[in-house]
Amino acid sequence: MSTYEAHGTYTPTSGIGKWVDARMPLPRMMYDSFVAYPVPRNLNYAYTFGGILSFMLISQILTGVVLAMHYVASTGLAFTSVENIMRDVNHGWLLRYMHSNGASFFFVAVYLHMFRGMYYGSYKAPRELLWILGCIIYLLMMATGFMGYVLPWGQMSFWGATVITGFFTAFPVVGQPIQELLLGGYAVGDPTLNRFFSLHYLLPFMIAGVVILHVWALHVTGQTNPTGIEVKSKTDTVAFTPYATIKDAFAMMVFFVVFAYFVFYLPNYLGHPDNYIEANPLVTPAHIVPEWYFLPFYAMLRAITFNVGPIDSKLGGVLVMFGSIALLFIMPWLDTSKVRSAVYRPWYKLFFWIFVANAIFLGWLGSKPAEGVYTMMAQIATLYYFVFFLIILPVLGLIETPRRLPNSITEAVLERNRKSGAQQVASGTAASPETRG
Amino acid sequence: MSEETITADETTRRDFIYVATGMLGVVGAAGLAWPFIDQMRPDAAVRAAGQPVDIDISSIEPGAAIIVTWRGKPYFVRRLTEAEIGAVTELPESDLKDPAPAEPRIGGPADEATKDWVVVAANCTHLGCIPKVVDTGADGWNCPCHGSVFDFTGRILRGPAPINLPQPPHVFADASTLTIGTDTV
Amino acid sequence: MKHVIATIGAAALAMALVLPGANAAEEEGEQHTVHYPLKKPVEQDWSFAGPFGKYDKGQLQRGFKVYANVCSACHSLKRVAFRDFHELGYSEEEVDAIAAGYDVEDGPNADGEMFTRPGLPTDYFPSPYENEEQAKVANNGAIPPDFSLIAKARGVERGFPLFVFDVFTQYAEGGPDYIYSLLTGYGEEPAEHVVVPDGLYYNPHFGSGVALAMAQPLYGDDVEYDDGTPATIEQEAKDVAAFLMWAAEPHMTERKEMGFRVMLFLIIFAAFLYLAKKQVWSRVDH
Repeated sequence: MSTYEAHGTYTPTSGIGKWVDARMPLPRMMYDSFVAYPVPRNLNYAYTFGGILSFMLISQILTGVVLAMHYVASTGLAFTSVENIMRDVNHGWLLRYMHSNGASFFFVAVYLHMFRGMYYGSYKAPRELLWILGCIIYLLMMATGFMGYVLPWGQMSFWGATVITGFFTAFPVVGQPIQELLLGGYAVGDPTLNRFFSLHYLLPFMIAGVVILHVWALHVTGQTNPTGIEVKSKTDTVAFTPYATIKDAFAMMVFFVVFAYFVFYLPNYLGHPDNYIEANPLVTPAHIVPEWYFLPFYAMLRAITFNVGPIDSKLGGVLVMFGSIALLFIMPWLDTSKVRSAVYRPWYKLFFWIFVANAIFLGWLGSKPAEGVYTMMAQIATLYYFVFFLIILPVLGLIETPRRLPNSITEAVLERNRKSGAQQVASGTAASPETRG
Repeated sequence: MSEETITADETTRRDFIYVATGMLGVVGAAGLAWPFIDQMRPDAAVRAAGQPVDIDISSIEPGAAIIVTWRGKPYFVRRLTEAEIGAVTELPESDLKDPAPAEPRIGGPADEATKDWVVVAANCTHLGCIPKVVDTGADGWNCPCHGSVFDFTGRILRGPAPINLPQPPHVFADASTLTIGTDTV
Repeated sequence: MKHVIATIGAAALAMALVLPGANAAEEEGEQHTVHYPLKKPVEQDWSFAGPFGKYDKGQLQRGFKVYANVCSACHSLKRVAFRDFHELGYSEEEVDAIAAGYDVEDGPNADGEMFTRPGLPTDYFPSPYENEEQAKVANNGAIPPDFSLIAKARGVERGFPLFVFDVFTQYAEGGPDYIYSLLTGYGEEPAEHVVVPDGLYYNPHFGSGVALAMAQPLYGDDVEYDDGTPATIEQEAKDVAAFLMWAAEPHMTERKEMGFRVMLFLIIFAAFLYLAKKQVWSRVDH
C-alpha cells in the first residue's frame, strides 16, 4: 500500500468517497495507479501493447465464459457442441471466431510487447522481476492456448495434444509416467479433454493474477522509455490519465480494426482446415502443425535430428525447445551492457533485428515439412537463436561502444523536436504539462 | 473577431471531440454487449423444437390424466368424468381465488357431443412443481411442494399459488388427435 | 523508421549469406518427396467471395439438387437440419415438403420399438448408412466423409508469398475451389511415372494422393435444374461446391454484413480517438 500512498494526490470530495477511503482505499489505489501515475512523456506506440493485452485478456475471458455455457467437454459431443455454437447459438459464430482469433491476436500483441521490451532493454535492472513475471504470463498463455486448441476436438486438436504431451516421453524413466499423468490414460481421450477444459478455464484467471503482479512491479519501478534513461524530474513525465489512456485507447482501436478484419472476413485464415474434421485416433493428418504462435518453437524442436553423446535427438529437440523459453527468463543477466535502449546501441540494434527476422523465419520453417533443406535452415536459425542469447548478449555489452546518451528524457525530447524543426519552443521545458493550454 | 470568441470556438471544438468520442465509446460498448446477452436466449435448435406436437388421445378414458411435453415443459391432458364436470361447474365464484368460468377451460374434438377434455400447464403457478392428480370433491390437483389445490379445470382453489394453471395453445385436430402448440388445425 | 528499414535490410543480407550454404548441402541428399495435390485448385469466381460477398440462393438451390440427387447416395450431411433450408430461399411449405421427402428414424414408441416417419423441419439430414462399418463395407473400405463441414475441412496450402496476399484479397474460398477442381478433375491420363493403385481413380486435384476411392461422380446432365440452367459438369460442380460452402458456414453472409458495419464503426471511433489524443497531447512536447 505504501507505494500507492507515496505519490498519493487523491483527495475524495464526496462524503461517500471519504467514508470508503477511510475503510478500503480502492478508489485511491485506482486513482494513483491509473490516473495520477506518472509515465515518461516520450513513450511511443510500441508502449501501448500492455494496455492492448489487458483488453485481449478480458475479451478472451468474456468470450470464453459464454462459450463454456454451450460447450460440452466429452469426446463424443465436443465437436458437435462447437458446431452447435457455430450454427444455432445466437451470435455463437461471432463469439467463437472472436475467441479463436482472439487467441491469435493475444499472441500477436504479446510478441510485439516482448520485442519492444527486448529492443528498449526493459528487462534490465531494476526491472528483472517485472520481466520474469511477463515470461511467466507468456508460459501460462502458451499452456492455455494449447489446451484451448484441443477443446474443439478436431483432427489437429487430437494430434496436437498427442504430439505435445509426447514431448515428455523424451525424458528417460520419468517420461512415460508423466505423460500418462497428463493424459489420464494411455492415449488422449475423455479424461484428457475434461482436464484440459478445466485447466483452460482456470489458467486465464491465473494469468490475470500474474498480470496484477506484473502491473504492480511496473508501478514500483516505473516504465522504461525509448531513451532508456530513468525518469529524473517531474518534467520527464506526464500523468497516466489522460495522456497515456487516450493514446492507449487510440492504439487499441487500430489493433481492433485489424482484429475485426480477421474475425469477420478471414476467421479461418489462422486456423487449419483439418480441425474441421472430427478427431479420429486412427488417422493422422498429412502435416501436423501447431497454431502459428508455436511454430518457431516447433521448428527448433524438429531441428535437432542428431544425437549428442547420451542425449538422443528426441530428448535433444525437447531440451532445445524448453531451453529456448528458459533463456528468456535469464535474459536480464545475460545482457552485460550498461546502456538500456537499442537506440544508443548500434550493434545490438543490428543483432536484435536479425533476431526478429530469424524468429519469423523459424516460424515459417515450422509450417514447412521437416525435410531436406528446411531441416538444414532450421538448424542454422536455431543456432542463431541460441547464439544471440548466450554469446551476442554477454559479449556485445563488453565490446560495444554506445552512442552518446542524452542527460534526461526532457532533453532528448526537445533535441528531437528541434531537429525535426518542431514549432514548439522551449517554453514547454520547465512548465509542467498541466499548466499549459 | 475578438480573442474571446476564438477561445470559445476552440473550447467548443475540443468539447465536441471529447463528447463525441465518449458517446462512440458508449455505443460501441453497448453494441459489443449485445452478442453476449443474445447468446443466452434459446438457440435456433431449441426454438425450432418448439413446433406443435401431436398427441394420440384415443386411449384415454374419462377420469384419466396424462402428462405430455411441449417445448420441454410438461402439460396435463385430463379427461373428466361427468361427476367431475358437474363439480366444477357448480363451484361458487367465492371459492375461487382467480375467478374464471369453468366451461371455456373444458374442450374436445369438434364432432363429439360431450366436451370433457382439460389441457393445462403441469407446473404449479406458485413455484413450478408438478401437482398430483387427486379426485376429492372439487379438488383435481394437489401440489406436494406447498399445498396449492386446483379444481378439475386447473383453477386455483386455495394455497399459495396466485393464479389458475394456464392453458397452452391447443386444438383437437380430429377425434383422436390433440395438437399442443397451435390454435389452428 | 529509416533505421528500422536499414536494419531489416542488414538482417536480410545476413540471411542471404547464410542460405547458399544450405542450398548446396541440400542438393546432394535431396529425395523427391511428392506433395499432393499434383495440381493446384482452379480458382473460381464465387458470389460469396470478398467483403460484400453473399450466397446466391438460386445457386444454393441448384447445388442442393446436385447433392440430393447425386452425392447424398454416399455422403451424409448430418449437421444440417431441414429448417436451415429457409436460408436457401425456400418457403415454410417447401421446407416441410423437402423434409417430408425423407424418411427419418424416430422412437422408441409406446411399444418400445423404433419406427420411421416422414421428416420434419426440425430433423437433421438422414445419413445414407447406418454406421461407419456399413459405409466402409459399401465403399470398398473407404468411408465417404460427411459433407457438413467439407468446404472448410479441405484446402490446399497456398505457400509463400500467396498466403501474404490472401490477407489483403480476403481469399477464403480454398475449400469450394478444391471441391470444384476435384469434381471436374477426373478423366485425365496420369503421367507415365505415376502409379495408380487398383480400385482407385486418378485425379490430380486430390489432396492426399494420386488417386481416390470415389469414381467420377458428375458427368453433366446428372440433374435437371428447375431454373433451366444447363446442367454442365462445370455448372454442377460449382453449384454443389457453393452449396457445401453454405452448409459449412451458414452465417457467412450475416458475418460479412455485420463485419462491414463493425469495421466502419471502429474506423470512425479510431479517428475520433486520434483527434482526442492529438487534442490532449497538444499541451505537451513529446
